[in-house]
Amino acid sequence: MEIIRFENVKFKYNAGHIDEVKAVDGISFSVKEGEFLALCGHNGSGKSTLAKLMNGLEVPSSGNVYIGGMDINEETKLTASEKVGQVMLAPLLMLGGELPRLNTKIKKNLFEIRKTVGVVFQNPDNQMVATIIEDDVAFGPENLGLKPKEIRQRVDWALESVGMLEYKEGAPFRLSGGQKQRIAIAGVLAIKPKVIVLDESTSMLDPSGRQEVLDVIKRLNKEEGMTVIMITHFMEEAAMCDRVIVLKEGKILLDGGREIFKETEKIREAGLELPIAARVAFRLKEKGMDIKDGIVEIGELVERL
Amino acid sequence: MKDISLGQYYPIKSPVHRLDPRTKMIAVILYIITLFLIPMLPNYINNGGTLHDYLIIAAVCYGLIFILLIVAILFSRVPILRVLKSIKGILFLLIFMSLISMFFYGGPISEGSWQWSWWNLNLSTESLINAGIMSLRLVLLILGPTILTLTTTPTDLTAGIESLMSPLKLIKFPVRIFALIMSLALSLIPGLMDETAKIINAQKSRGAHFDSRNLFKKAKAMMPILIPLFISAFKRADDLANAMDSRCFNSSKKRTKMKRLSFKARDLSLLLFVASLIGIIVYRGGLYMQSIMIGGIVLGGVAVVFMLFGIIESVVLKRTDG
Ligand SMILES: Nc1ncnc2c1ncn2[C@@H]1O[C@H](COP(=O)(O)OP(=O)(O)OP(=O)(O)O)[C@@H](O)[C@H]1O
Ligand SMILES: [Mg+2]
Repeated sequence: MEIIRFENVKFKYNAGHIDEVKAVDGISFSVKEGEFLALCGHNGSGKSTLAKLMNGLEVPSSGNVYIGGMDINEETKLTASEKVGQVMLAPLLMLGGELPRLNTKIKKNLFEIRKTVGVVFQNPDNQMVATIIEDDVAFGPENLGLKPKEIRQRVDWALESVGMLEYKEGAPFRLSGGQKQRIAIAGVLAIKPKVIVLDESTSMLDPSGRQEVLDVIKRLNKEEGMTVIMITHFMEEAAMCDRVIVLKEGKILLDGGREIFKETEKIREAGLELPIAARVAFRLKEKGMDIKDGIVEIGELVERL
Repeated sequence: MKDISLGQYYPIKSPVHRLDPRTKMIAVILYIITLFLIPMLPNYINNGGTLHDYLIIAAVCYGLIFILLIVAILFSRVPILRVLKSIKGILFLLIFMSLISMFFYGGPISEGSWQWSWWNLNLSTESLINAGIMSLRLVLLILGPTILTLTTTPTDLTAGIESLMSPLKLIKFPVRIFALIMSLALSLIPGLMDETAKIINAQKSRGAHFDSRNLFKKAKAMMPILIPLFISAFKRADDLANAMDSRCFNSSKKRTKMKRLSFKARDLSLLLFVASLIGIIVYRGGLYMQSIMIGGIVLGGVAVVFMLFGIIESVVLKRTDG
């Protein structure tokens, strides 16, 4: 089932002013529920802007962004009877845990959209809303109007997931950058969104810390079916995702499974580097060694050699 | 960064930490009111008292307050030096004030007391006592709220203020939002302090110097700090708004809370204890205080009514939560 859909989305910052910036320039793609997706691109290629478009913080200058499956708000080219059918179907879908398709342009959808798509932003410093760590993590569930006991459970669970439970009564500003990022991730996990978007949210973690957090996210993806969209310019990280989208100047350059790493030229053009294993394999092949295409992980390369 | 008094929560477990923030806040309010109820020397003498009587009253009143303070500090398990550190911030003011009141004492001076004067400056037994008591009062005035902020997390403080202010909802004052704004401001302060330090270092490393003695030059040197600081503050606020929105913040929806304030028997007994202590002080203070006493009782009454509102509200909330 589709959970995010971009339809020919364009987005400009400061539209109509002299300092207008075309950040997203005609992007269409969709994300299925349960997918593990990497979004890569050079600095300023529009990754963070896409993240903001996904939960309605920004709305497209043209085109549409939909969250969830069925559309009940949008005027589509359905016949009258089909429309009635859809509207009647919507409550049933909701009962079954399915989300009707929501357009980010419609204000009253936003609460539902943000419950569905949780975004962890780049800079952890500016995401702290409380002076005690556990209170900060509780902010999201409190907004959902959950009962105190359930909030407590979620907060403890989220902090445990990112390995920060022991710090729960501490102050966020005393933490290191990486620890703050973990808190920011916990703050979004506690909302239990269907989709989690991580905007370079592991960039400050040390290798073992990053591995830990990534393991948690992978586990959530595998076991709870959480859809993960990881914004990164570490191609190693992208290589472990099911699907990779490469952006360049607000356009999609590549979109596909791991076969996209064969497109060495295009990846260079996007200002990115191949994963190290792929680079080594590529060099070896240039020197005449017989190595099959599409190696992206160290393990595979070692196996091959 | 560590000297911002509001963010000085001392994270340990103690009976004082465990108290309901509202109890602590009301106790501190009562404490401050009491401090102001104790007469100052010139007023007391102008009202027909003698220096000797004043000294007895002051000793009893400040003694009781001092005991209250010491008990509170001991029960809070916060190291005493940590509590006293808060005086450092007002040291200059303290010295300044006591010098002024020492040399420019305006009250009557009794015949037999020691006097000394030079140029425009006059010293006397009365002026020295007055200065001493003024400084003592200022120190006590700072220490009470310090214990409150040392033992209460800013979150609890804002929750307490929110609860105590809840009667204002009747006149449509957005108490909820007000409390949220307060806690956001508190959580932004450390970040901004950090930022300031960073900017100063950055400007210093480019050769700016802030050590000039010339006030005008100093002010000029501040500009390259203030401008980036403002820009970064706005950027921060923008990011924060985004992060809050992303985490389903919606000011019109009803929020719940993870931590519920609860007023327990120990809170009640503490308030009764403080109130009776204040009763003794008010009683000992004698005639002069009667006029102010009425004001104090009114203020205390208002505080209690506010608190009752908060308690009733939380009870009602608990009911509706099931
Ligand atoms: N608030 C804003 N106002 C104006 N322009 C902006 C704003 N935010 C981003 N931009 C511009 O939009 C473009 C895309 O920015 P975006 O933040 O989406 O890039 P990014 O891919 O996330 O980059 P990075 O890897 O540095 O995080 C950039 O050219 C940037 O300068
Ligand atoms: Mg970005």
